Amino acid sequence: MVTESYDLVVVGAGPAGLAGAGAAGQLGLRVALLDMAERIGGQFYRQPAAALGATRPQALHHDWDAFVALRGRLAAGRVEHLGRHHVWAVERDGDGGRGGPGERPGGRRGDGEWVVHAVVGEDGGEGGEGGGEGRRAVRVRARAVLLATGAYERQLPFPGWTLPGVVGAGGAQAMLKGGLVRPGKRVVVAGSGPLLLAVASSLASAGVEVPAVIEASGYLGYARHPRALAANPRKLAEGLTHGAALLRHRIPLRTRSAVTEAYGSERVEAVTVSRLDARWRPVPGSGRRIACDALAVGHGLVPGIELATTLGCATRSTADNTLALRLSSTQETSVRGIWAAGEVGGVAGAQLACAEGELAALAIAARLTKPGPYAGPDPRRPSGLDPGRPARVGQLLSRRARLRAFAEAMAAAHAPGPGWTDWLSDDTEVCRCEEVTAGRIRAAVTDEGARDARTVKLFTRAGMGWCQGRMCGAAVSCLAGDGQPPAQRRPLAVPVTLGALAAEGPGCGQEPSRSQT
Amino acid sequence: MTSTPDVIVVGAGIVGAACAHYAARAGLKVTVLDRGPVAGGTTGSGEGNLLVSDKAPGPELELALQSAELWRELAEQLPRGVEYEPKGGLVVASDEAALTALRTFAAAQEKAGVTVREVPADRLPHLEPHLAPGLAGGVHYPQDAQVMPALAAARLLRASGAELRPGQEVTGLLTGPGGAVRGVRTASGVLHAPYVVNAAGTWGGELARLAGVLLPVLPRRGFVLVTEPLPRVVRHKVYAADYVADVASDSAALQTSPVVEGTPAGPVLIGASRERVGFDRTLSVPALRRLAAGATALFPVLAGVRVIRTYAGFRPYLPDHLPAIGADPRVPGLLHACGHEGAGIGLAPVTGRIIAECLVGGQPPLDISPFDPARFEAGGGA
Ligand SMILES: Cc1cc2nc3c(=O)[nH]c(=O)nc-3n(C[C@H](O)[C@H](O)[C@H](O)COP(=O)(O)OP(=O)(O)OC[C@H]3O[C@@H](n4cnc5c(N)ncnc54)[C@H](O)[C@@H]3O)c2cc1C
Ligand SMILES: Cc1cc2nc3c(=O)[nH]c(=O)nc-3n(C[C@H](O)[C@H](O)[C@H](O)COP(=O)(O)OP(=O)(O)OC[C@H]3O[C@@H](n4cnc5c(N)ncnc54)[C@H](O)[C@@H]3O)c2cc1C
Repeated sequence: MVTESYDLVVVGAGPAGLAGAGAAGQLGLRVALLDMAERIGGQFYRQPAAALGATRPQALHHDWDAFVALRGRLAAGRVEHLGRHHVWAVERDGDGGRGGPGERPGGRRGDGEWVVHAVVGEDGGEGGEGGGEGRRAVRVRARAVLLATGAYERQLPFPGWTLPGVVGAGGAQAMLKGGLVRPGKRVVVAGSGPLLLAVASSLASAGVEVPAVIEASGYLGYARHPRALAANPRKLAEGLTHGAALLRHRIPLRTRSAVTEAYGSERVEAVTVSRLDARWRPVPGSGRRIACDALAVGHGLVPGIELATTLGCATRSTADNTLALRLSSTQETSVRGIWAAGEVGGVAGAQLACAEGELAALAIAARLTKPGPYAGPDPRRPSGLDPGRPARVGQLLSRRARLRAFAEAMAAAHAPGPGWTDWLSDDTEVCRCEEVTAGRIRAAVTDEGARDARTVKLFTRAGMGWCQGRMCGAAVSCLAGDGQPPAQRRPLAVPVTLGALAAEGPGCGQEPSRSQT
Repeated sequence: MTSTPDVIVVGAGIVGAACAHYAARAGLKVTVLDRGPVAGGTTGSGEGNLLVSDKAPGPELELALQSAELWRELAEQLPRGVEYEPKGGLVVASDEAALTALRTFAAAQEKAGVTVREVPADRLPHLEPHLAPGLAGGVHYPQDAQVMPALAAARLLRASGAELRPGQEVTGLLTGPGGAVRGVRTASGVLHAPYVVNAAGTWGGELARLAGVLLPVLPRRGFVLVTEPLPRVVRHKVYAADYVADVASDSAALQTSPVVEGTPAGPVLIGASRERVGFDRTLSVPALRRLAAGATALFPVLAGVRVIRTYAGFRPYLPDHLPAIGADPRVPGLLHACGHEGAGIGLAPVTGRIIAECLVGGQPPLDISPFDPARFEAGGGA
C-alpha cells in the first residue's frame, strides 16, 4: 500500500482542527487535514452542500469572518485537505517510520510514527442498505496526530421520543446550516444547555414558529460562578443575542421543565411539558400539552473521543457526567505524540476550540522541529511551546483558561439530575437500534444482578447496535445505576466494510485521494 | 451473610457459574465471589461456540462430548433461555490436500464418538448457499451448538440459588494448621468455608499463587468482529480446515482461521484471532485484517457488509492446552477449575459436574488425571 507521510495529521475539520492545521502549516509542517464530511467547517461552521447552491451561507452564522480567516490560513499553510475520509482507527506504527525522514523539518525521525486508518467515500448514513459499497481503505502516516473530532449530542429518552418529527437540537441546527431544511413549522425546543438558545434563535430566524424553549436546569447554577461569567463578556453577549432573539420572536423560555412525553400517530403532534424538582423528577400534575409538528431536543454534548481511548489516552469526568480527554497544558494527551483540541477535551464551544487548536499546533511544531536527540526541557510546560511567539502563546493561554472556566460553570449548571429516569415508562424504548425497553433494562438490574452499563449491554443488547451506544449510552448507565459516565470505548470509531478491512494489508491499498477545500 | 457456606467459588464467569450450579444441585451451600460483575471477565468478551468439531481425539474431546450433552439438558432446564441453538458446524476445505487432512481428522473423531457427515463440494451450497464457489468439500458436525455466554452465566448462577457477591476481590487464602484451606480474605473481611474453587479464569494463576502453588495460566488474546445486522446469510458455524491446526499450535504468532456465523439478532460474528501478547488490549489492525480476509474468502457476499464493532478478550491457557480441573493435591480444600483456553463456554458444564463430584466425594464422569492441577510442578506429573 502506498502510504502518504506527513508531519502532522489532523482528524476533524471543525474550528479546532482548522485552527490547528492552519497554524501548523504556517509553521512549516507538512499537514493533512482529514474529515468524514466533504467540506470543512465541522459543526459550528457547517456549510451547505455545494449542490444546494446556497448563495449566502453566512446568513446563518454570526462568526463567518472568523471562518473565512481560518480557511485562508489553510491555503497559506498549504494544508492538504482530505475530505470524505472516515477515520476508523489510529495505530502506533510497528516499525517506527518506513516513510523515510528525508523531507522533514529538522531531518530526523520523531518519537514515534502513527498510522491513521480511514475509509474514503460518501457518508454511510444510518445503516442504509449497501452504503458500504465502493468505499476504499487508505492509510496516512504521521509523526504527530491532532485529534479534533468534536462532540455528539446527548439524548435522554422519554415516551414518544422515537416518533418521526422528534430530532436532535444540534441536529436541527445542522439541518438548517447544512441542508437549509426546516424540521417543522411549529417546533418545540427542549432539553438542556446553551445550545438550545442558539437553536431556537436560528429556527425563529428561518421563519419557524417556536412555541417554547424548555430548559431542564434552572440557569441559577450560573450564579454560583460569577467570576467565570464576568470574565467572558463575549460569551455573555452571545447569550444575550440569543436571549434578545427569543424576546423579539416572543419565545417563552421555561426553565426547570422537561418534555416528558411526545404524542402523535404518524408523527409528533404534541408534547407534554412537566415541571421538574431539584433532582429532575417530574412534579406530578404539572404536565401541560403544547401542540407542535416537530420537537428539537438535546441534553448537551458528549466528547467524541473513541479514537483516543483506543490508543489508551487518559480521560477525565466532566461536571455534567461525560468523559473528556485529560490533556497537558500544551494540549497533549497522556499518550506522547497524540494531541487533542476542541470539544474532545471538554465541551466548550468554537472559540475555545480555535484557541486550543492553535496552541496544539505551536506545541507540535516546537516538538517536531526541535534539533537534537531529545525533545528538550519538559515538553509539557508551556515553555514547550514555540519560544518565538511568547506574546501569542500568552494570549492563547489566558483565553483558554477563561473559556474553560466558563465551560466548566455551564457544564455544572446543566448536569442532568438523577431523577430524570422517572419520566421513562417501562415500555419506553431506550436502545432504538436493538429495541430494548427501559423495563427490560430495569429487569436486568433487579433480576439478573447487572450493576453497570457493560453488564446491562451483555444481558440485553442495549448499546450493541448501529450507533454503538452513542444514543442510549447516557440512559443505560443511569438505569444501571453505575454512577460513572458512559465508557467511550469503540475500537472502530466508524463502521468499516469487511472488504475494506481485508484490503488493509501491505501492498494492497491505494494512495489517498485529494479533494478540494 | 447468614451462615458459613460449604464452598466458595472465586470467579463469576461461565466456569464459576457452572461449578456453583452443579455444587448446589449436589446439595452444597455455595457462595460465589467476583471482583467485578457476573461475566465481567473472558466470559463477557468471547463467543459462545460449543464445539466438538475442532477437537482431536483425546481428553479435551471427551470433555467436550459430555459437555455437549449437559448443555442440551441445561438449555431445557433453565427457566429463562440462554439462547441455545443447536445449529451445527460446517468445516470446509479449500483444496484436495486440505480435504484429505480433514477427512482423516474427522474419521478419527468419529471413532471417538463424534457425529460427522462428509459434504461433497456440490452439496455445500445446500447447507450454505452463500459459500464461495470452488471449495473442495467439507464435513458437517451436527453436535456443534451455540449459547449466549453472559446470559448463560447469569442464569446458571440464578438457577443455582448460590449466593452471589459481586465486587469482592479475593486477596488471600486462609489456611489452617496442616495447610488446609479455611476460606478467603477479601477487601471487606474474611469468609470461611472448608472448600475454595479457583474459577478465576485467566487470573487463575494469580489465585493459585495466593495459595502458594504453581499453576501457569497465561492470556491468549483474541479479537472478534461484529457486523451490522443482516438477514440470515450464514446458517451454521463455518470455518476453514486449517483452524484445527491453530488450536493445538505452540506458536506465539498470530493465527486466524475465523469461525463465521450468523446470530438470531442479525449480526454476523467473525472470530477469533489467537495471539500471545500478554494482557494488551491495543487494537491490532493485522488481526482484524486477517479475520476480515478469512471471512470474505469463505463468504464473498460479506465484502460489502460493514463491521460495526470489534472487541478483544484473553483466553486462559495452560502450556499443554488442557484445563486444570479437580482437587489440588498440594493444598487440601483447594480445587481448580480454570485454564479452558478457547473452549471454556463449551466445557463449563462438565467442569462443574467434575468439581461437584470432587466436593461430595463422588465419582467424576470421566478420567480426570490429564487435568491434574499439580501437573506443572517441577518434578511433578505429566
Ligand atoms: C449537532 C451539533 C450542532 C451544533 N451546533 C452548534 C451551533 O449552532 N452553535 C454553536 O456554538 N455550537 C454548536 N455545536 C457545538 C460545537 O461542538 C462547537 O461549537 C464547535 O463546532 C466545536 O468545534 P470542534 O472543532 O471541537 O468540533 P466539530 O466542529 O464538531 O468538528 C469535528 C469534526 O470532526 C469530524 N470527525 C469526527 N469524527 C471523525 C472521524 N472518525 N473521522 C473523520 N472525521 C471525523 C466531524 O465530521 C467534524 O467535522 C454543535 C454541536 C453538535 C454536535
Ligand atoms: C475472543 C474469544 C472468543 C472465544 N470464543 C469461545 C467460544 O466460541 N467457545 C468457547 O467455549 N470458548 C470461547 N472462548 C473462551 C472462553 O471465553 C473462556 O474459556 C471462558 O470464558 C473462561 O471462563 P472462566 O469462567 O474460566 O473465566 P472468566 O469468564 O474470565 O471468569 C473469571 C472471573 O474471575 C474473576 N476473578 C479473577 N481473579 C479474582 C479474584 N482474585 N477475586 C475475585 N474474582 C476474581 C474475574 O473477575 C472473572 O470474572 C473465547 C475467548 C475469547 C477471548
